[in-house]
Amino acid sequence: MAEDPLLSVKDIVVDFKTRYGNARVLDHVTLDVNSGEILGIVGESGCGKSMTALSIMGLVPNPPGKVTSGSIKIDGMELVGMDVDRLRQIRGKDIGMIFQEPMTSLNPVFTVGEQIAESVRLHENARPKAAMDRAVEMLAAVEIPEAETRAKAYPHQLSGGMRQRVMIAMALACRPKVLIADEPTTALDATVQAQIFDLLQDLQEETGTAIILITHDMGAIAELADTVAVMYAGRVVEKGTVDAVLSAPQHPYTKGLITCVPHLEPDPPVERHELMEIPGVVPALTELGKGCAFAPRCGEAIEKCSGEKPRLLATGDAHVTACWVAQQERAQ
Amino acid sequence: MGVWNTIAKRVGYGLLLLVAVLILNFVLISIAPGDIADTIAGDMGGADAEVMAEIRTRYGLDQPFYVQLWRYLSGVVMFDLGHSYFFNTPVTTLILEKLPATLLLVFSAQILAVIVGTLLGVMAAKKPNGPLSLTVTFLSLFGFAAPVFWTGILLIILFVSIFPVFPVAGMVDVTVEGGFFVQALDVLHHLTLPMITLASIFLALYSRLARASMLEVLGADYVRTARAKGVPERVVLYKHALRNALGPVVTVAGLQFSAVISGAVVVEAVFSWPGLGTLALQSILARDTPTIMGILFFSSFVVIIVNILTDIALRLIDPRIKSG
Amino acid sequence: MAESAATEGVMDQEPLELKITHPLSEMATMFFRNYAAVAGLVLLILIILFTFLGPYIHTTDPFEMVWSPFTPPGEEGFLLGTDYLGRDILAAMMAGGQVSMAIGLAAAVISVVIGVTVGAFAGYYGGVIEEALMRFTEFFQVLPTLLFSMVIVALFGASLLTVTLAIGVVSWTAVARVTRSEFLRIRELEYVAAARSGSARDGYLIFRVILPNALPPIIVQANLMVGSAILFEAALSFLGLSDPNVMSWGQVIGSNRPYILDAGFAVAIPGFAIFLTVLAISLIGDGLNDALNPKLRQR
Repeated sequence: MAEDPLLSVKDIVVDFKTRYGNARVLDHVTLDVNSGEILGIVGESGCGKSMTALSIMGLVPNPPGKVTSGSIKIDGMELVGMDVDRLRQIRGKDIGMIFQEPMTSLNPVFTVGEQIAESVRLHENARPKAAMDRAVEMLAAVEIPEAETRAKAYPHQLSGGMRQRVMIAMALACRPKVLIADEPTTALDATVQAQIFDLLQDLQEETGTAIILITHDMGAIAELADTVAVMYAGRVVEKGTVDAVLSAPQHPYTKGLITCVPHLEPDPPVERHELMEIPGVVPALTELGKGCAFAPRCGEAIEKCSGEKPRLLATGDAHVTACWVAQQERAQ
Repeated sequence: MGVWNTIAKRVGYGLLLLVAVLILNFVLISIAPGDIADTIAGDMGGADAEVMAEIRTRYGLDQPFYVQLWRYLSGVVMFDLGHSYFFNTPVTTLILEKLPATLLLVFSAQILAVIVGTLLGVMAAKKPNGPLSLTVTFLSLFGFAAPVFWTGILLIILFVSIFPVFPVAGMVDVTVEGGFFVQALDVLHHLTLPMITLASIFLALYSRLARASMLEVLGADYVRTARAKGVPERVVLYKHALRNALGPVVTVAGLQFSAVISGAVVVEAVFSWPGLGTLALQSILARDTPTIMGILFFSSFVVIIVNILTDIALRLIDPRIKSG
Repeated sequence: MAESAATEGVMDQEPLELKITHPLSEMATMFFRNYAAVAGLVLLILIILFTFLGPYIHTTDPFEMVWSPFTPPGEEGFLLGTDYLGRDILAAMMAGGQVSMAIGLAAAVISVVIGVTVGAFAGYYGGVIEEALMRFTEFFQVLPTLLFSMVIVALFGASLLTVTLAIGVVSWTAVARVTRSEFLRIRELEYVAAARSGSARDGYLIFRVILPNALPPIIVQANLMVGSAILFEAALSFLGLSDPNVMSWGQVIGSNRPYILDAGFAVAIPGFAIFLTVLAISLIGDGLNDALNPKLRQR
């Protein structure tokens, strides 16, 4: 990678103050996204996927949360610690975001056209008429029929799939460089899910917008993403190109995630008993020990795993893994 | 179309409610011991049976109950609420004379309470544990617990006895001369204390409600969406969140309107405000039933109109409300 | 929900403890953890002790003229001064408190009984019955309560009984609305459906199955009713519509009202007594609300 990445997240740390002590929600997360690329982030609920997105947006709920250290750069511009007003100008303009819940993510008391147009008025100083025209244009672009009429509709008059299209139209209205899609299809029917993914892919090809796709759907990653990062308990445990990671997963957690999906066969196949489930639950972030957070659930754990946190090290071409076992195997 | 239908339905229903108010009044009066004749006779220092019978005939009290009721109802349709024997004036005239003063007090207090209460609530919601939130909590406790006349009297002691800034009673100062503007200022000067007294109860309620409602709305997904769009925080609060948080405040404000009128009765007594409340008290002490009934009728009428307006307001605020 | 999904993992991690506590003791713990509610409770107990035990210590007759009118508080040995007839205000506060609180309690009981009955039947039966009962409730909401009770008192005479009834009869609508919405909610729950299919009778379902579960918000509302009934009685007395033979806080205020500019204390003191009492009651109400509302209990 010769050129600088479009979006670069480096060693970001986010802490939450809770009644039970400090919780490190993100622990030195590092990610790069190049323009025109789709980065997938996968992991179980609570692993820090969404928090990564929010920290890029500068929307970590504060209090109780706080970005403790690290750097987030878009086009070389540092976002951490940036003045609130400047950051606001970047949100919605350079970075757009789509949320998980289309049913509740749109404001029920404004028309969808107005909600898209508002963004255009804010960031491009557009006149109301021009902004509304752009809104209609965007609705047509996300394949909503009769865009002109639908622009005057209120969210409650639209179906879930329609609303998510509206959200996408809103996020893309100012032609952002990066689009963050946080589980954009989780709340939708299976058929609608496929449509939304197709739409995202088409739009990405048309506009060249980089996309961060957050999901727990390994199938979607395999189909859409160029690179993938696997997160566990606030840390990136494995990342690399989709081909590399899916065909030869190194981290036991990634292996587990992949074997949870029926259609994805790693090559060579990892030992699989049946449709597997990873035993145990994500540990409490306030109770993390000094070792690898996955160790208690890991079938391959060795003594070192509970004593020291593994760092991300190369375990293949364009492929890094934070696992003592995988790194040892690699070294041999 | 749909909206107008609903409103028409509400109006029709309001008329039915008014008829019900009138019937209730009539029933109450007929089961209460004594009648107008007794009262008049009492005022005259006693009367013999013949005079009593004559009074009863004059006021139609010798007719059967349903005839009296029908007479009254058909009178009301023609804006005839009967004759006040105590003031010796038609009740409608009497009430229309006093109504503007009460409406001025009631609406100014309600508007003040809604606007200031909502703003306080919004600002407090920005920091759920901040000093303003504490103030709102404190204010709401005070507003509920303080008897309205006590608040009024404390204000009188403070702003009339200690710092004489406001007049103690009445609505106008007869010595003030000048054009409309000067007169209006004079009324405003007299209005200030009664208005603040009456508003204090409801301001407390609305600010607490607005704060709770805002806190709920600020946690909503669409507020996060607005922030993700880069909407300035001020616009997030006052456009995206407030519009959604307003519903409960407006609903309760509408429901509370009859309580505002009740409060006004007491406030009028404290500040000798020449409105319906003062008239009601006078006519109750004089057992002037036509006037009392007229006042009850008119105040219910105002409440019903405000209910309809509230309904319309709620529809304007939230497009999801359809009918019913 | 993405955000909450992310934070949930953090927030919900309470240390696992499987102590089984009785729901009542849990509520009591919640209540007593709320300092404001405890302060309210202590305040209310003090007021009750003052009004009911006070007269045994301070034995002055509240109706007796003991000194010259409007003796300021603290002078001539009168802790709270004397009123326009030269009667001891301290004694009046004690005697008046008993009456004010008794009326408040009795009127609240009346309005809760009416409100719960109307709301329960409306919520349980639904359909035409609900429609009719809710229209009936709306009708009472349209009438300004104070004016309405003034009319009742004026027509039937100002006695302790009519005042109490007048307050109770006009202020039940809020209870009815709360009860109805609780009934509407609980009616649909599975254990009610189970009891229904077991062919239980309506009366049993309403009073033995649903009502006990609907009680928490009703209790909170009933508690507030006591406070507002005390305020209501005070307002009626202030307007001169109370039993002239009975001393109540509002009565003291009403009778001294013409003299506020000369002797504000004769009005301010009983007003303050009402304020403190209602404040204590509503603090308790807030505490009850937090303790009885399972949604907030997790906070």
